[in-house]
Amino acid sequence: MVATTETINQVKTTTDKYKYGFSTNIEVDKAPKGLNEDIIRFISQKKEEPKWMLDWRLEAFKKWKRMEKPNWAKVSFPDIDFQDIYYYAAPKAKKKLNSLDEVDPELLKTYEKLGIPLNEQKMLAGVAVDAVFDSVSVATTFREKLSEVGVIFCPISEAIKNHPDLVKKYIGSVVPVTDNYYTALNSAVFTDGSFVYIPKGVKCPMELSTYFRINEKNTGQFERTLIVVEDEGYVSYLEGCTAPQRDENQLHAAVVELVAMNNSQIKYSTVQNWYPGDEQGKGGIYNFVTKRGKCLGENSKISWTQVETGSSITWKYPSCILMGDNSIGEFYSVAITNNAQQADTGTKMIHIGKNTKSTIISKGISAGKSQNTYRGQVQIQKGAYNARNFTQCDSLLIGDTCSAHTVPYINQHVSNAKVEHEATTSKISEDQLFYCMQRGLDTEQATSMIVNGFCKEVMKELPMEFAVEAQKLIGISLEGSVG
Amino acid sequence: MPILEIKNAELSIDNKKILKGLSLNVNEGETHAIMGPNGSGKSTLSYMLAGRDGYELDNGNITFDNIDLTPLSPDERSNLGLFLAFQYPVELPGVSSTNFLREIFNSRKKYLGENELSHLDFIKHLRKVAENLSIKDEMLKRYVNFGFSGGEKKRFEILQMALLNPKISVLDETDSGLDVDALKIVSEGVNNLKDKKNAVIVITHYQRLLDYIKPDIVHIMSDGKIIKSGDADLALYVEKNGYSEILNEKS
Ligand SMILES: Nc1ncnc2c1ncn2[C@@H]1O[C@H](COP(=O)(O)OP(=O)(O)O)[C@@H](O)[C@H]1O
Ligand SMILES: [Mg+2]
Repeated sequence: MVATTETINQVKTTTDKYKYGFSTNIEVDKAPKGLNEDIIRFISQKKEEPKWMLDWRLEAFKKWKRMEKPNWAKVSFPDIDFQDIYYYAAPKAKKKLNSLDEVDPELLKTYEKLGIPLNEQKMLAGVAVDAVFDSVSVATTFREKLSEVGVIFCPISEAIKNHPDLVKKYIGSVVPVTDNYYTALNSAVFTDGSFVYIPKGVKCPMELSTYFRINEKNTGQFERTLIVVEDEGYVSYLEGCTAPQRDENQLHAAVVELVAMNNSQIKYSTVQNWYPGDEQGKGGIYNFVTKRGKCLGENSKISWTQVETGSSITWKYPSCILMGDNSIGEFYSVAITNNAQQADTGTKMIHIGKNTKSTIISKGISAGKSQNTYRGQVQIQKGAYNARNFTQCDSLLIGDTCSAHTVPYINQHVSNAKVEHEATTSKISEDQLFYCMQRGLDTEQATSMIVNGFCKEVMKELPMEFAVEAQKLIGISLEGSVG
Repeated sequence: MPILEIKNAELSIDNKKILKGLSLNVNEGETHAIMGPNGSGKSTLSYMLAGRDGYELDNGNITFDNIDLTPLSPDERSNLGLFLAFQYPVELPGVSSTNFLREIFNSRKKYLGENELSHLDFIKHLRKVAENLSIKDEMLKRYVNFGFSGGEKKRFEILQMALLNPKISVLDETDSGLDVDALKIVSEGVNNLKDKKNAVIVITHYQRLLDYIKPDIVHIMSDGKIIKSGDADLALYVEKNGYSEILNEKS
């Protein structure tokens, strides 16, 4: 195995490089279950937050208590008991294993198929690793590089302490606290997440991804991410991980806010592969996310690209508010559901400025007895002269026990705006499968090939390094669905 | 040495008998031609050989290198060295031709226990093979068969054949839709691959292909059976007189 030897060599060289970066300082504590003002005070105190932040949280909590759970999405699940959840747990040491031999072989097989390097495999599986993989040292290197150009990239809790003015100005400015039930909840209790600030004229010199991946040991339940890009700035941010992720927390309710000023651009890519549960969906993650970007400046651009393969329930609509004249919003999405998974995803494009443009390309793939719904809204508000939208929504069904739904909403208040919507539903064609198999590909290779072709327009929007993994991930997610 | 033996193959689709007791033996080194009117079951025969879903035999048997083919899936048959050039090649939107070719090439290498080629080495190899079939780089950047002209599709089939180097190839009307120049290129491609160890079955309506790919044995197929076999002259006879006389002879 050439690849393995290569990886081992890589591990060796990097080990030497980072010999001195070791740190094992893990704090363990936990607030009791349930949610009340005291818990929120506790969180705020643990995070050493200023008073304004605590007040903001408490206000959010008050509002949340008066809100109703949304029920319009086409997903069903047992009622969540919000008093039966832990809202604060400091990063815990996962039980460390001594070697990969102790790891579930199924999991290792998946890692291998994804082509994840050995060192990362260890990290993901929770195997005790050498100093090199300690995130602190790597993170420091990254951060130094970024701070040279003035980019701020840090945990949101640090930003609240170190850059209070920026956080205060923008937090909740794109996704209001009371936008929906889960945003209010998140605002009250968020504990993790990132803050990115790109100053005027700066093109962020690297994809903000590797750092994230290495740090994402314990992704929080209630993440809060805020990205602000000043005039002429650019950033590409990548969230998530192709490796299957388990988490003892069933409910995840993140909020992501993006702000783009004049002539700036934000590219936000997500690969989501949370544990989908067993074939019945038992034990899977509920992922209720609110993501929204505001193109505040003229000629600004926000692109969302997502590949969603995990979770037992996904409820997610990355959206763009196109305020600045000539601003552009894009949404490229692949959502795959298999077995008992349910996904209700889509986007909202809100055109406010003149000559604003939006593009929506959504590819839904359903297999097993899963449910896959696309829900999209295109709103052309008064004054959005000459606004343009193009929506293309394709569904691919594998087998005949799954279902796909497309629910477009179009509100148009301007006569010279142009909104185009195309939707197709197709079945994976037996002709195509046979053709590929006649050339020697097995059912899974053939399916993966055809489905990746179906998703091409979206996959090509992913940053290169991730596209390859995401491609393999699509194949793996559909294993056993054909044949 | 026989490669392929078909004995008394019977097959129905939607309760309609299509193959009605067809037998055919193909030995190493041979080139066979199958001719016959539209609807006589030629494509059905090729799908049956390739193991397509729904084309299982009701009766009879098929062996390939003395291995019973019936329980094997299409990919397993392909791995044994059976190749089908489709009458109607299938489009794979979004799947780049180069990637597809690399995938099938390396998958075959893997099956044979040979080294897979790196991306760069494969591209070099592919260029060489494609050039012989007058296939331009530009075409390989497009999606598989997507928007290809009739002739391009057929050349792309032979390109795959050349990459996989099968033991037996069934070419289903590979000549249809080709102009004379393309016909020459494709035939040369097939002839270059021919050796003493492999075999080819060409399904065609036209003698003109057989001017380039010289058959050892010509079969006339009608209504699900082979009704007459002969040497290359049989094809010339059909070209001149049509099928009717042979058909009448039988009934
Ligand atoms: N999928 C199918 N469903 C029903 N009938 C079919 C199907 N495929 C072929 N047939 C029928 O089988 C017969 C043989 O067809 P085919 O094998 O395509 O003939 P050929 O290739 O010799 O022209 C024809 O009568 C055709 O209508
Ligand atoms: Mg035919």
